[in-house]
Amino acid sequence: MSDVINSVDADSVYLEGEDIADTKAPAGPIEKRWDERRFNAKLVNPANRRKLSVIIIGTGLAGASAAATLGEAGYQVTSFCYQDSPRRAHSIAAQGGINAAKNYRNDGDSIYRLFYDTVKGGDFRARESNVYRLAQASVEIIDQCVAQGVPFAREYGGLLDNRSFGGVQVSRTFYARGQTGQQLLIGAYQALERQIAAGTVKMHTRHEMLELIVADGKARGVVIRDMVSGEIETHYADAVVLASGGYGNVFFLSTNAMGCNVTATWRAHRKGAYFANPCYTQIHPTCIPVSGEYQSKLTLMSESLRNDGRIWVPKSGEDKRPAPDIPEADRDYYLERIYPAFGNLVPRDIASRAAKNVCDEGRGVGPGGLGVYLDFADAIARLGRKAVEAKYGNLFDMYAQITGENPYETPMRIYPAVHYTMGGLWVDYDLQSSIPGLYVTGEANFSDHGANRLGASALMQGLADGYFVLPNTINDYLSAGPFEKIDDSHPAAAEAVASVKGRIEKFLSINGSRTVDSFHKELGHIMWDYCGMERTEEGLRKAITRIRELKQEFWSDVRVLGTNEELNQALERAGRVADFIELGELMCIDALVRRESCGGHFRAESQTEDGEALRHDDEYAHVSAWEFGGEGGKPILHKEPLVYEYVEMKQRSYK
Amino acid sequence: MNITVRVWRQAGPKDAGKMVSYDVPDVSEHMSFLEMLDVLNERLTMEGDDPIAFDSDCREGICGMCGVVINGVPHGRGDSPVQTTTCQLHMRSFSDGDVIDIEPWRADPFPVVKDLVVDRSAFDRIIQSGGFISAPTGTAPDAHAAPVPKAAADHAFDAATCIGCGACVAACPNGSAMLFTAAKVTHLGLLPQGQPERKSRVVGMVHQHDEEGFGGCTNIGECTAVCPKGIPLETISRLNRDLLGALLNPQT
Repeated sequence: MSDVINSVDADSVYLEGEDIADTKAPAGPIEKRWDERRFNAKLVNPANRRKLSVIIIGTGLAGASAAATLGEAGYQVTSFCYQDSPRRAHSIAAQGGINAAKNYRNDGDSIYRLFYDTVKGGDFRARESNVYRLAQASVEIIDQCVAQGVPFAREYGGLLDNRSFGGVQVSRTFYARGQTGQQLLIGAYQALERQIAAGTVKMHTRHEMLELIVADGKARGVVIRDMVSGEIETHYADAVVLASGGYGNVFFLSTNAMGCNVTATWRAHRKGAYFANPCYTQIHPTCIPVSGEYQSKLTLMSESLRNDGRIWVPKSGEDKRPAPDIPEADRDYYLERIYPAFGNLVPRDIASRAAKNVCDEGRGVGPGGLGVYLDFADAIARLGRKAVEAKYGNLFDMYAQITGENPYETPMRIYPAVHYTMGGLWVDYDLQSSIPGLYVTGEANFSDHGANRLGASALMQGLADGYFVLPNTINDYLSAGPFEKIDDSHPAAAEAVASVKGRIEKFLSINGSRTVDSFHKELGHIMWDYCGMERTEEGLRKAITRIRELKQEFWSDVRVLGTNEELNQALERAGRVADFIELGELMCIDALVRRESCGGHFRAESQTEDGEALRHDDEYAHVSAWEFGGEGGKPILHKEPLVYEYVEMKQRSYK
Repeated sequence: MNITVRVWRQAGPKDAGKMVSYDVPDVSEHMSFLEMLDVLNERLTMEGDDPIAFDSDCREGICGMCGVVINGVPHGRGDSPVQTTTCQLHMRSFSDGDVIDIEPWRADPFPVVKDLVVDRSAFDRIIQSGGFISAPTGTAPDAHAAPVPKAAADHAFDAATCIGCGACVAACPNGSAMLFTAAKVTHLGLLPQGQPERKSRVVGMVHQHDEEGFGGCTNIGECTAVCPKGIPLETISRLNRDLLGALLNPQT
């Protein structure tokens, strides 16, 4: 390990560790690798599965599907969620759809093409082996969901309908009106409830994980707070799965649900799990713009709207006429102009930055000039209002409800917002983290999307991980179990419980002068300004300094009222914000160290002549996996080299 | 605008509750109803008062976590023609000087946890009693093996849009959860995949519905009037037909 000090990085913020040599992905032809891994993974016979226990944190697509599947297989599963029912997990809010390489359209799609599109869409920062497996699993996911009764959109012949999404030229997206996430989650939730009834899964709602218990080098349990009684509980198992979602709420304003948080993964990180590519965040191009400082969250308008909606701004920033009064000649359909091949369907990172650029030029619309038009006038003229209503009705209603404007008559106003985080805990090909026995699925892992996720791929990955990948890899680890029983007397457990209780007491005793939300909002502003759509060396350094100060202020001046022994929502938020502050610093460090642009990570210093993201494959074709450097210590960077044997690395072009 | 809210405050399940009045000045019409409560809570915290506990998560009308009774109407739609969840209700629906009553869902099977937060786990237990199709992972045939007529698929979808918020129960004078139960029976019963368990499903779910202490349905229709997803009352007729068929003819 050497302290990294060079001319560029004069005041070093990190240490460099060993590279990660092995991800456990088999070698050989890419289409055979998953078969080979499944074949070589040790199995557990059905009678022995009953003796093995697994804890699963989170009940979104990745958690509920894993819990149901492992329960069906016969393991003893214990599941936790912070909501009042597993059905509320934030997967439910996904609107647009789920990709699968079914080629039902006969439009040239294949597993290989889905693999290719995803690797390219991720700007060559994802693992080929993982992405290929994801594309393979996609086909089975649709079959599974249909069998569960997920009401996908159908055509008059009774067969499944498909639509297109950003970054691809085939129609491979399966959808259920604008509520695909809801329908898929309800499918997984029902499968989970069926296992709860069968007694294979024990479900704890309104329970939040606050610490991981790592005993004798293995993940063996969790410390949980019962959010109603405040009781601090310990639960033990042979393996722990984190399916706790992404960390977009580090920005305070995002399309995430209010409760989405990083605590489960961050606590695991502090216990030794590497955090990979934290700076890869996805800013979604089509969200409803911010209306005021009181705003608590941002609402996404599905990317599917870009199939028929046309995005534009006035050619001149001086043009303040109402949208319908602006003649065609005075409009700039800038995506169609700059990217004629993909037009309004360019990938999300590109569409977001293009919106930012036209607003920076002073051509934005709406309050504060932070918005662009998404216009359906042409689609309504071409298809008729009825057809547009059938496809997008609920989204239009949602827009009208929030803004008080009728999108059938005036164009929607949209602006980019934080939506998804590609980074997450580092996992190997088996989805096992750097802590033995700790598995991470769905958005919580750093996964398969590289530096940018394509639309309709999050649902695909969550379900692939939970239904098909994890249940075929975790057995390899569990086959060595059951492991020696542990209880609260184990020093690791006692330490974890004491640290959770100590933190809670601290929050309740500070009695400072600022609310938890005021700190969260301030953190969000710092992150959005310096670690948002465009990042610079100078800005990131400023942000790191500011976040460190904010951390001090938080721990000395936050005000949390009430007690632990009750439903205390401010106390819940305090713990989450404390972890977001620490994560925010790591995100900025990761963004600072990656001196290239790729996908959702855009460094102003690294762009092509026409302003596109410019990668530096010679230096940065790796995963950045960060090891916790101790309280107050510097994080330690481990690089996992990325090798492309199938898809040629090149500058992405959607022109 | 300046408004006054009268909010149900209850420290815990066993404590007595009461309505407490708070003035909320300078409310923007663009705020959502819950953002108005956020602003009030920030102030209460600074004044040293316990903030008001209420449930919410996605705040985009889909997760079903939020829900309070506003001026006597679950989710507070009032006379508006637009269906809404509490989180999607905006302050532009109110006027300067309004006094707004805010209460939790009130039904025996939904005990109050604190203030406006209630325990809706009874809904999960109804789903456990049959609200699923038994299709273990990996057993599925190709998705196109069983075409579903578009009309059936669309109707199934309409019922499947239920978000499990519980407004139907809060609105029903009988405290019935029949709209919730019927939505699931209808969703799965209209699909070919749902046929093998159609009878056991309806019998199991209705039995659990009654066990939880929900009241019977007398076709009043308050449920569908407040349903944020517009689940139609006819789903309950469908449930009744399925239930009758299952009880008269359990084997076929």
